[in-house]
Amino acid sequence: MPVAEPGLGVETVDLATTPLRELNARLHAPDLAPRWRIVNPHGAHAVAVGIDAEVEVDVDGHVGYYCAGMNKRATVRVHGNAGVGLAENIMSGAVCVDGYAGQSCAATGRGGLVVVHGDASARCGISMKGVDIVVRGSVGHMSAFMAQKGRLVVCGDAGEALGDSIYEARLYVRGEVTSLGADCVEKELRDEHVAELRDLLAAAGVAGVQPGEFRRYGSARRLYTFDVDHAGEY
Amino acid sequence: MCGIVGLFAKSADVEERLGAHLGAMLAQMADRGPDSAGLAVYRDPAPPGATKLSLFSEDPAEDWEAVAGALEAHPDVAVVASHAVVLLDADAETAQRRVRERRPDLRVMSAGERIEIFKEMGNPRDFVERFALDAMHGSHGLGHTRMATESRVTTQASHPFSTGLDLCLVHNGSLSNHNRLRAELRREGIEFQTDNDTEVAAGYLTWRLREGASLDEALRGCLDDLDGFYTFLCGTADGFAVLRDPIACKPAVLAETDDWVAMASEYRAIAVLPGAEDAQVWEPEPARVYAWERAKV
Repeated sequence: MPVAEPGLGVETVDLATTPLRELNARLHAPDLAPRWRIVNPHGAHAVAVGIDAEVEVDVDGHVGYYCAGMNKRATVRVHGNAGVGLAENIMSGAVCVDGYAGQSCAATGRGGLVVVHGDASARCGISMKGVDIVVRGSVGHMSAFMAQKGRLVVCGDAGEALGDSIYEARLYVRGEVTSLGADCVEKELRDEHVAELRDLLAAAGVAGVQPGEFRRYGSARRLYTFDVDHAGEY
Repeated sequence: MCGIVGLFAKSADVEERLGAHLGAMLAQMADRGPDSAGLAVYRDPAPPGATKLSLFSEDPAEDWEAVAGALEAHPDVAVVASHAVVLLDADAETAQRRVRERRPDLRVMSAGERIEIFKEMGNPRDFVERFALDAMHGSHGLGHTRMATESRVTTQASHPFSTGLDLCLVHNGSLSNHNRLRAELRREGIEFQTDNDTEVAAGYLTWRLREGASLDEALRGCLDDLDGFYTFLCGTADGFAVLRDPIACKPAVLAETDDWVAMASEYRAIAVLPGAEDAQVWEPEPARVYAWERAKV
């Protein structure tokens, strides 16, 4: 995703001098400027949360927890690292991080696209409900835990218990998977999955990665309803 | 909740300003733990044959010169708010026994060659001022801001907890099997001063180290023997180690540059350090011990 050039029509907000609530209130106002640049975030929490507008927001530096949470329609790019809960419950639009993302990235996301160019930590995509997530690096343990819908693409490795208690999300991992969680199994990578991966990688702006290099994982569908034969896996 | 910070200097500049940096980090974590704050700093090794003790007195008008006399300590006592750092020409056991026998009203916060521990109730920002962290140098240090959940807000239940000579522990989380473990450790001769859960973790490490385990082994033992949530930061004479429980719900961020290694509950505590923008930043994996040590001279 290209970076917004400074210039006409770009609203710049310095978090070293502007209170966070003021920034977020301005981003929630009607008729806001189409392009925003936020500087000096210094790890602040809740930067650019709850936007519901077709705007582009560039954040220069590292952010803390819940950046771009509940995002709707906006494109938010973080030129740094993001802490816990990046794009939590994202509804639509796109959130992109140049660096790493902390744990619970895109948790419960219902739609839109989340791109992490570095690694994402534990529980990436936990309880995802329709969001697409593309991680250029690796993801930590218990990623896609109870994932219900959407797609998680990991170009690196996945930690322990990937896709534990997964419902219908599709998981693609290019590297090693330390272990699969309960009811998560490897599935055949068919042509339609390769095509889907090609689209997702293109949308995320990830180059140098071939869609055919991934393996697909998903639900074995044994835990949907309680079955005493599987009691040990719940 | 609670906040943890740690800083390990890799350059002379950072050593010189270690206390100022740790103070800034603690202030950032004040919201995570407004009840009390504490700091362990490693610096100025005691001369050979001597032991350094950090002492705490509840009496704000404590006569520390008289304390030094009573303990046969070096006369140049470093008084820091409610605490004082004293040097005794004795081994650590003798030095601590002398305090117990001659001044049982004082509390030994730390003992060793390099370690100094200061901790106090109240807002961490006030702690940073009161204990003049800005003026402290050191090779490495760790700090804590406490939001009490498992026991009362007292100075004794504040972190860091001493776990043996030149060793200490700070903790974010809560342990659920601390009562039984405390009883078991008491049978092993480990003493406890509070009903605090972290003190049990500290006592556990003390016991394992006493039984000959390395710090790495003792920390790995936590994975089997402690039940609950924890991010631990453990200080040693030469560095520090980080461990998160296997679920890793409690936050932790590590960062490293050519000049320092830092650990904190949140990135914003690291953002105040020079060069933080360009640091390598990552979250430690669960159930894995991360350790940094100064090169031995």
